[in-house]
Formats: sequence, C-alpha cells, structure tokens
Amino acid sequence: MTICPAHKEIAPAQRRSTSAIHPVVALAGQPNVGKSTLFNMLTGLNQHVGNWPGKTVEQKSGTFTYGDCTYTLVDLPGAYSLTANSEEERITRDYIIHERPDVVIAVVDAAILERSLYLLAELLLLPAPVILVLNMMDVAAQEGIVIEPQVLEAALGIPVVPMVAARNRGLLTLAATLGALLREERAYEPRRPTILPGHESVLEEIITHITPHTPHPYPPDWVALKLLEGDEEVQAMMLDALPAPLWEEIHALLREHEDAILDIAGARYAWIGRMIRAAVARPRVGQVGLTARLDAVLTHPVWGTGVLLIVLGFVFWLTYAIGTPLMDGIADLIEQGAGLLHGALGGLPAWMAALLADGVVGGAGMVLTFLPILIIFFIILALLEDTGYMARVAYLTDRFMHMMGLHGKSFIPLLLGFGCNVPSILGTRIIETKRARLLTILLAPLVPCAARLTVVAVLTPLFFPRYVGLVTWGLVVGNILLLAIIGVLMHRFILKGEQVAFIMELPLYHTPNLRTIGLYVWQNTLAFIKKAGTIILGVSIIIWALSYFPAGEVELSYLAHLGRTLEPVGAWMGLSWQMMLALFTSFIAKENTIATLNILYGDLEATLPALLSIPAALALLVTQMLFIPCVATVATIKQEVGWKWMFISLLILLALSLGGGVLVYQLGSLVLG
Amino acid sequence: MVPLVELTPGQTGVVRNLYGGRRLIGRLAALGFTPGAPITVVRNHGMGPIIVSLRGTQVALGRGEARRVMVRLAEQPHDDLSCA
Repeated sequence: MTICPAHKEIAPAQRRSTSAIHPVVALAGQPNVGKSTLFNMLTGLNQHVGNWPGKTVEQKSGTFTYGDCTYTLVDLPGAYSLTANSEEERITRDYIIHERPDVVIAVVDAAILERSLYLLAELLLLPAPVILVLNMMDVAAQEGIVIEPQVLEAALGIPVVPMVAARNRGLLTLAATLGALLREERAYEPRRPTILPGHESVLEEIITHITPHTPHPYPPDWVALKLLEGDEEVQAMMLDALPAPLWEEIHALLREHEDAILDIAGARYAWIGRMIRAAVARPRVGQVGLTARLDAVLTHPVWGTGVLLIVLGFVFWLTYAIGTPLMDGIADLIEQGAGLLHGALGGLPAWMAALLADGVVGGAGMVLTFLPILIIFFIILALLEDTGYMARVAYLTDRFMHMMGLHGKSFIPLLLGFGCNVPSILGTRIIETKRARLLTILLAPLVPCAARLTVVAVLTPLFFPRYVGLVTWGLVVGNILLLAIIGVLMHRFILKGEQVAFIMELPLYHTPNLRTIGLYVWQNTLAFIKKAGTIILGVSIIIWALSYFPAGEVELSYLAHLGRTLEPVGAWMGLSWQMMLALFTSFIAKENTIATLNILYGDLEATLPALLSIPAALALLVTQMLFIPCVATVATIKQEVGWKWMFISLLILLALSLGGGVLVYQLGSLVLG
Repeated sequence: MVPLVELTPGQTGVVRNLYGGRRLIGRLAALGFTPGAPITVVRNHGMGPIIVSLRGTQVALGRGEARRVMVRLAEQPHDDLSCA
C-alpha cells in the first residue's frame, strides 16, 4: 500500500473547507487550454460548482482518487498572467498565495506552447510546487509541432506530463507524478525566469526596502516584481503596509522605471524561448495547419459572415422547431396536471386548492417549461466555446457591437434572447469585463423572446388582419433599434468607464469534448433550477396570490386594484385598466397577457378589436414588447448582478415600455386624427 | 516604426513598443506583444478589428488597440532594390 500524502496545514484558521485532510491540488492555466476538460475528466460528477466568495466568477472544486489516495482539486479561473488585469487573475494569485495548495498543476496548450507558458513563468515565483501539463498534444501534432517532454522537463527542472485530456491520455501519469512529487520522491528544482539586467538593481533595491514590511504570506520578491510591473492592487497593499516616507521613496523609484513592465514581460518570453529551444520543433515553413485553413473561410469578411448567418439560422431552427414546441408541450401538460389536481383537491377550501394547483404547480411547472430551451442553448453555447468558433463570431460581429460600447462577445448572448432571455443573461458569463457584461444584461430584455413574439402573433391579427407581417416586423425592428439606441446612450452617459479594449485570442479549433459539454449543460441547468427556480416559484406564488385574493376572481383581486390605480397611465395610452392588468400578469409569464385578456374579455376576436382604436392597439403591442421581462428573467438578472441592478433594469424597462406606449398612442392619435 | 493598424494582410514586422495605459500594456504584454516579437497581420479590412499572428497564436485586436502597438516592418527584398 502506498503512503498517501496529507495536506500540509499552514494556517488552519484561514481554511474554510473541511476537505483539508486531502492534499489540495490547484489547476491553473490560460483560457482555452483545456483546463476544464482535465478538471472534468479527473473529478467526473464529484464536483461542486459555486462562486468565488464575493465574486461573480465561477468556482469549481472536486475530489479524485488515484490508487489509495484522494486529492482535492480546485479549478482556478483561466488567466493569461498574474497581474491584476482581471478578476480571474486576481482570484488565481490570491488563491495560491493565501490558500497554499500543495501542488499547482499548470495546464498549457502544447500547440501554442510559447504563449501559454507565460503563466508558468509567473506561477514559478509563487510558493507552491508546479507540475506542467502539456495538454492537446494531438492538436500540436496536427499543426505540425513536435515536442519532447523530457527535454522540456530537463530545461525547466519541474515535472512535465504530456496529455490529451479530452481522450483520457496522460491522466494516470499525471496522478502518479502528483503522488511522487507530494511524497518528495521526485526532484523539484525549478529554473525561474530572471529580470533583464537593466532593472536588476532596482528590483534588488525594492526587495531590500520592502522585505521587513511585506504583509504575510506574500513573498517579498514577488511583491517587488509586481510593484515594478505597476500592479495596482499590490501597490495599494504596499501603500498601506509601508511607512509613508518609505512608500514615497519606492513610488519615486517606480515612477522612474515605468517602462519596466515591458522589460519584465519581455524577459519572461526570453526565458520561455530558452526553455523550449531544444524541446520544440516547429512546422516547416509553408505548412498550413487546420486552423489556418478553416479561418481562411470562417474569418473572411464575406464567406465568414455567410457561414455565421447559416450557423445562426441553425440556432433559430433548433429553438423554434424543437425548443418552442417542447416548451408548449410541457406547458400544456402542466396545465392539464393543474386541472386534474384542482379536481382531486375538491375537499380542500377553494383558495387552498387554487394555491396548490395554480400557484405551486403552475410556478414549478413554469420552471420546467424553461428547461428544453435552456438545455438547447447551453449545448449551443458550450459547442461554440469548446470548438473555438465563439471567438470568430465575436470577431465578425465586433464592429457592429462596438457602437454600443460592447464588443463581439456580447453578440451571441443577445442573440440567444430571441429564444428566451434567461439563457441570454446566463450566457453573458463569457464576457470578460464587468462593465460590458452589465451593459449586455441591461440590454438583453429588449430582445423579444419567443413568448413575447407569441403574444404578438396572437394579438396582431386581431387588430391588423391585413398587415400582420408588416406590424410584427415593425415591432421586432423597433425593439432592436431601441436596444441599439439605449446601448449607445448607456455607453455614452451612464456606464461610461473605460472603452472596452478588444483584445481576444482566436484559439485553435478543437473537436468538442462531449463530457465537457455534458457537464456544462448539467451544471448550468441544475444551477438554474436551484437558484433562479426557487425565486421564480416564490414570486409566482405571490403574484398568483395577488391575482386571486381577496375574492377568488382576478377582476376583483389586489392585482386588479393595482391595474385600476394605473388607469390614468393607461388612459394616456388609450388602454383600459383590464389591459394594464393583463400587462402586469405577464410578469409571471409573457403568455399570461393573452390568458388574462381572455378571462376579462371572453372571446378576444369578438371583443378586442372593437375596444381599441388603431393607435391604442399599437400602443398595447409596443408596451407589451418592451414591458418588464418575466419573473424567470428578472430572477436570473438578480442572480447574476444583484438586487441593485435588477431594480435599475426593471425601472428602465418600465419607463421605456410605458413611455413607448404613450408616445405611440399620442403620435398615432395626432396623425390619424 | 509604424502603428500595427497600418499593416496590410500578409505584412510582417517586429514589435518595438506599446503606448497606452498600464492595464492595456499589461494585457498586451502577457499575450506576447513585447519588443522583439515577430508579428504578422492576417486580417485587416480597413475597418473593424484586425487579426494578427504572433508567438504561435492568433489574436484579434480592436483598431484602437492596434494603433498603440508600434512595429518595425520586416525588410522586404523588393523594396531593397528600389531603394538602392
């Protein structure tokens, strides 16, 4: 039996998990190197997904067993470097410095070894032993790159494991290497990158000055290097830690050496060059890899756009040909179920039967109805990301999105909104910067979802039987134009901030890994049911109660009372309180607009057209298209960006929809006399 | 030295310097935009982002960002003849 290594307890007080008995292994790597695939292959379903404390970045941890030994595996977010450029980079370095994993596994893409080793150059300066995993050896071979892992291992002085994580190749070697390193049966003598001679003396000087003052557990030489790199977070930390006169002195030194950042990065790349020189054979000049051949078409301004349109067409087809019918089917089943339940609960007081059948079953059923479309979208998202095509979509659409201060990465999430706003808001997680993500979330509800379009499809023929196509088209285009205008305005005046720098890697194309996609879909769907689902159920019951009590009829309910209070606003749009009420019930689900109108007016075809003039009918449609989204969307917004921005989003949409309705009615009345 | 944004597809150069805020320089440097790095423009259509190839990978850059990367053009044999 092998002796299993145990976790080295460094500061028990800092540890929040109980898993501290097992050695803690952290996975670090740049984005798109297949880190998640390795994590999924090792842990399978033994994983827990949450958020990093106080952050919106996903945290995944899990366990895996090799031989007799069990390890705790923590998946650190993808980071290009360890300077505080992004939340992911801060989390990665804070974790390694404060939580002291027993080993860090640095995953790199063998096909782009030079660039992906940059993170390793930074990791080696932190106080945790590192194993280098050369992932995607198959892609490297396909691109004509030959790597000799032993040569690289000799150069770096750390264990190097070649791997194809997606095909389960190299995982056992990794586990064996991990055990050997932890039991100290294996030499670990890393050759670390050094700084260029031009800045060597100033670095020494800073280290000498700050060493007595550097807060625990930061390594002083690392802090000094980050100061020279101009890292804002480390600067702020040392401003607090150092006596004022000493900080002034250091600050002056840093000012003098502002150019050091490029030198330090350059020195890391020079170090990488020395490390890989003997280990890597590049393809012969003229040999064109698969990615280059595909990109000749896929990023081409004409052909690329053509392919994009076909892909988008396919996404829509999936949504409307499979997702929407399934959604309707489940909704019908729920309705029947609720009806049956109603009958079966005859013995209970009427309100209780209604609460169970309509409130609880209806609410929970609504969560269920979202699942088919969510699953389809998660599969699409995962496929686009995992193959590497998503970056090309972002590149192709960037110019258009740029006008709103967004970049190409916001395009797919917004587009998903045509099916359902919920995956659209969840999909914004692929956007790196907080501000761009927030702006995208605020704009997302302006994309008319399938349910809104259903309402339009029912109502428009009632009022405009001869112009159904034209009016529907006008409404959709109107929404998109408004989205663009609001985007430009918010970008200019509200969420100003730094213009998003568009710097995006175009990863090599990969065959998607089914396990990664499956787990992605599973985890995200589960998270939706658990988090948003609970809120949706709760709010559905509350709204149901408001529409039921006190009299058991919607016309006399509290919600109707609210509708009546809003009658003056309705009057500006030429709408009755019943219609305002119908709009408000659409908060549970967009289709409720029709259901409520049915309850209040009976046969819509016979009653509605006579009730509303043309401007009022247009106002109703416009308001409906812009109205606050359904509770599922609102709950998802809350889950992703918190209460404050959820309320701001609601206020914006309420103002837009009511304002839009009033404007259309008043203008329409003016024009049509 | 010319800004990267002025290179046409297929043109190759060497990165000389970066201008901009510390954050931008930090992000670009981590991706391999450091002085001495060979760089080739893959796509540049005169509007919208450009695509460059450097350090074995491709990176899409907004035009604003590409204006802040200064490169020295690789010497081209044809030009040498005309300059002589």
